[in-house]
Amino acid sequence: MSRRSRSTIGRLPLVLLLPALLGLAFLLIPLVGLLAKAPWSTLPSRLFSTDVWDALRLSLLCATAATAMCMVLGIPLAWLLARAPIPGRGVIRALVTVPLVLPPVVGGVALLLVLGRRGLVGQHLDAWFGISLPFTTAGVIVAEAFVAMPFLVISVEGALRAADPRYEEAAATLGAGRWLTFRRVTLPSIAPGVVAGAVLCWARALGEFGATITFAGNFPGRTTTMPLAVYLALETDPDVAVVLSLVLLIVSVVVLASLRERWISGLR
Amino acid sequence: MFRRTVLAALAATVALTLAGCGDDTPAASSPSDSPSAAASLSGTVNVFAAASLTESFTQIGKDFEAAHPGVKVTFNFAGSSALAQQINQGAPADVFASAAPKNMDQVTDKNSPTTFVTNTLEIAVPPGNPAKITGLKDFGDKSKKIALCAPQVPCGAASETVFKAAGGTPQPDSLEQDVKAALTKVSLGEVDASLVYKTDVQAAKGKVEGIEFPEASEAVNKYPIATLTKAPNADGAKAFVDYVLSDKGKAVLTAAGFATP
Repeated sequence: MSRRSRSTIGRLPLVLLLPALLGLAFLLIPLVGLLAKAPWSTLPSRLFSTDVWDALRLSLLCATAATAMCMVLGIPLAWLLARAPIPGRGVIRALVTVPLVLPPVVGGVALLLVLGRRGLVGQHLDAWFGISLPFTTAGVIVAEAFVAMPFLVISVEGALRAADPRYEEAAATLGAGRWLTFRRVTLPSIAPGVVAGAVLCWARALGEFGATITFAGNFPGRTTTMPLAVYLALETDPDVAVVLSLVLLIVSVVVLASLRERWISGLR
Repeated sequence: MFRRTVLAALAATVALTLAGCGDDTPAASSPSDSPSAAASLSGTVNVFAAASLTESFTQIGKDFEAAHPGVKVTFNFAGSSALAQQINQGAPADVFASAAPKNMDQVTDKNSPTTFVTNTLEIAVPPGNPAKITGLKDFGDKSKKIALCAPQVPCGAASETVFKAAGGTPQPDSLEQDVKAALTKVSLGEVDASLVYKTDVQAAKGKVEGIEFPEASEAVNKYPIATLTKAPNADGAKAFVDYVLSDKGKAVLTAAGFATP
């Protein structure tokens, strides 16, 4: 393994290396800007505000719950798109990406129109069960899941299409039902794709702002996630906004780096 | 010719206003043959204006372009604090119209600002007022869904002031990031009431209803406007500010629900 990767690096063509490094710099330079602007001297005192931890806790909770929701609904959807002989698959696949294209604020308004107190579905939820999603933590999870689900569906579908269907066929000839085959053969074979999708999904949910603030509103401890806190801090104290952004960045990088290594190495 | 006269007169008026002489100088007293700014106007005037000015300034911009053929007005509408930051970071702005004196103060390279309009809060409710909101006291009722502006943004700060004056504690379900977001929650019927500006109620006529309340006078929001010292188009900037302060400009702003000082 190590010999192979070394020989690959030795042959790295400049025509790829140069844009690759430029691309990396392009992604990282804004982060450098944040680090340069950070008020390091007052940083500890700013971090000891309960608001920050409330917002961080809520962000992590909601992003994780949204990712779970996306996996429960998104993996079957990806399977449907990749394997089931359904008509109009191309159209459905395009529709799945709608939340990616839609400006998140519009997505939030759309969610209100459907799940809001006066919404198409929401008015019945309210009247029959007394459930009202806007302005609740559950509303945050719904908004984040709406925006983040396409990332999961697209990666999982890609993995499913790349997976060799002969293993599933073999399982079927050995008498396994479709559900058993899916669980024991398909899912393990696409695990890296699922992990990659879940990581993207989680990261997108963690940074979600527009749909969240539109659909779930902003109330500290209930719906104020880190991106919302950052946005509002920017109005009065940009230094605090920088600190909050850094906290969010560091936490997400640490979580993603450690989890991803563990998941992937554990699965292989 | 008439137009030039008016403009020159207005320019004089503004100069006097800026000098602190008040704006009650009769326009007719200015000499009619003073050099007109209109003659040299050309190019583009970049106006950075508070989001709450979107409708009225768009109209004023059209009127201004009609009055000054060859000049184009482009707008950058956003929250005042964001605009102030953009200007301080070197954005090529000619004019800055802020929704709060605080954000105007944040801008360093500007000529002395003038307050051109004021705005007060009003209770906004969905059409028909389904939750029977009558005044600020209903905002303390936990059974009602309430959206307020976050205290960090100007409308939220103004809301805090009126609640302090009214002596009640509001029980909001959401603290919105700006006044338009608060208004959207009302027009969609997601909340029973919100506090927004009179101009917002006016702009959303038919989709929300406004209820005036006496404590609103405790939080009168002043809108300053100024030309910027690094303006790429200084003449255009001045002419635009003059136009905003003119009777024609004021008529548009008043129709939008603003009060003029």
